[in-house]
Amino acid sequence: MDLLTALIDPLRDLPVIGVFIKLLRGLPMTLMLVVPSVFIGAVIASLLAFMRFSRNPLICGFARCYISIFRSVPLLVLLFIVYYGPGQFREFLTNLGIYWIFRSDYLCALVAFIINTSAYGAEIIRGAVLSINPGQIEAGRACGMSRWLLLRRIIIPIAFRHALPAYSNEFILMVKATALVSIVTLMDMTFIAIEMRYRTPAQNSTVLYCLAAIYFTINYVVAWLFKKVEYRVSAHLREPVTNVLSPDTQPTL
Amino acid sequence: MSQEQTAVTIRNLHKSFGALEVLKGVSLSANDGDVISILGSSGSGKSTMLRCINMLETPNSGEIIIGGETIALTTDSRGVVRPADMRQVEFIRSKVAMVFQNFNLWSHMTVLENLIEAPIHVQKRPREECVAEAKELLDKVGILDKQDQYPAHLSGGQQQRAAIARALAMHPRVMLFDEPTSALDPELVGEVLRVMRALAEEGRTMLVVTHEMGFARDVSDKVVFLHQGVIEEEGTPDHVFNNPTSERFKQFISSHRQ
Repeated sequence: MDLLTALIDPLRDLPVIGVFIKLLRGLPMTLMLVVPSVFIGAVIASLLAFMRFSRNPLICGFARCYISIFRSVPLLVLLFIVYYGPGQFREFLTNLGIYWIFRSDYLCALVAFIINTSAYGAEIIRGAVLSINPGQIEAGRACGMSRWLLLRRIIIPIAFRHALPAYSNEFILMVKATALVSIVTLMDMTFIAIEMRYRTPAQNSTVLYCLAAIYFTINYVVAWLFKKVEYRVSAHLREPVTNVLSPDTQPTL
Repeated sequence: MSQEQTAVTIRNLHKSFGALEVLKGVSLSANDGDVISILGSSGSGKSTMLRCINMLETPNSGEIIIGGETIALTTDSRGVVRPADMRQVEFIRSKVAMVFQNFNLWSHMTVLENLIEAPIHVQKRPREECVAEAKELLDKVGILDKQDQYPAHLSGGQQQRAAIARALAMHPRVMLFDEPTSALDPELVGEVLRVMRALAEEGRTMLVVTHEMGFARDVSDKVVFLHQGVIEEEGTPDHVFNNPTSERFKQFISSHRQ
């Protein structure tokens, strides 16, 4: 069989468009896992990062433990723990009023993802804060800014810019990690692909190529979006525009 | 304001970093309109003294009085001296502006945004008033055309002039300058010193840590020489430069005379 036939052959059995359409039915699940987990995860990560800076040994120690534990446990193991673990503590969790979370496959997966990404995100944010020139923080203190104002006006805006490149990486890793939920029978794209593959001849892997192409496309878009945001918020790092309009027609702020 | 109220008074200031005692009982006072140059070789404690005045460093003991208001200090359970009331410190800092050796402009804000940041958010003044005033100040220091540029796009001299304008925008009672020309290329020092001279002539109260002997001699009302954490020489420039009593200061000025 020459190369051309090898490539075209699978298409005869499975029209590619149809495969894509079937796989894309799993896209909402993938997105519903990635988007909320990264955003909620980023909020928790910020809290953890600032807890790490706390002078209180309890607060700092808690964040330290959280980060080191959940960065070291494989996401798949964490997923299994959240999925199968709570049954053992059913009564306790029911009393806490949070057992319902673990009754939903989707919420189980979401919890595992949030825990995982918040631990990574905390380190990204901590690094971003540490990379701020201390002089800029001192300048804020020197003109009478309170801690909160300093955080809001100086530290967060600068750290946000520093964290973006690393965070785009984290987002992409999370997109790819969603494939794991197929193992706990959530109907994401990978789950659908595996199902479809069972029903097609064993040598035919078109479904998997299509699946890979979809993940690639999602992450291409994610990377592009992050680039856009990065460009928008880093005017101060670019070469100045030399051909400016007259100062009067320029927006002042 | 009473007649005898000074702009800044520090009394018997002590400061140690670990076992290293940097300030060993320094006292100094500045009246409104005074320009005081603080000289000394590196490690003499001059920057630390300046940073204690607006509490960027907390002294181990001593008294700091700004415009008649003493900064309240307290010792916590571990024996560390801390400001008793951060609100008071923040309020005092908003009246004591500081210009840093490395400019320390906020890199994510344009020059104009740097100037209006603290007046709007710390002093809660109306934005329009702040913007108008910021433009006047930028004009005064000669960089109005740079108002929409980011600090990284300016030369060192321009950045330092922007930082001085940022300090002025706070309507400070006292201005602290921590080696404002030390990070500049020699050809840019002049433009910053010119701005500082103009401020001195306006009657601003300035405490300047510097290595610029010309500035100390010509502009200041008082020169203070620190050595190993104590004031070795103090007086009018005329007096200290022409009749120095301290051997250290004699050595210091001869080594700085080129």
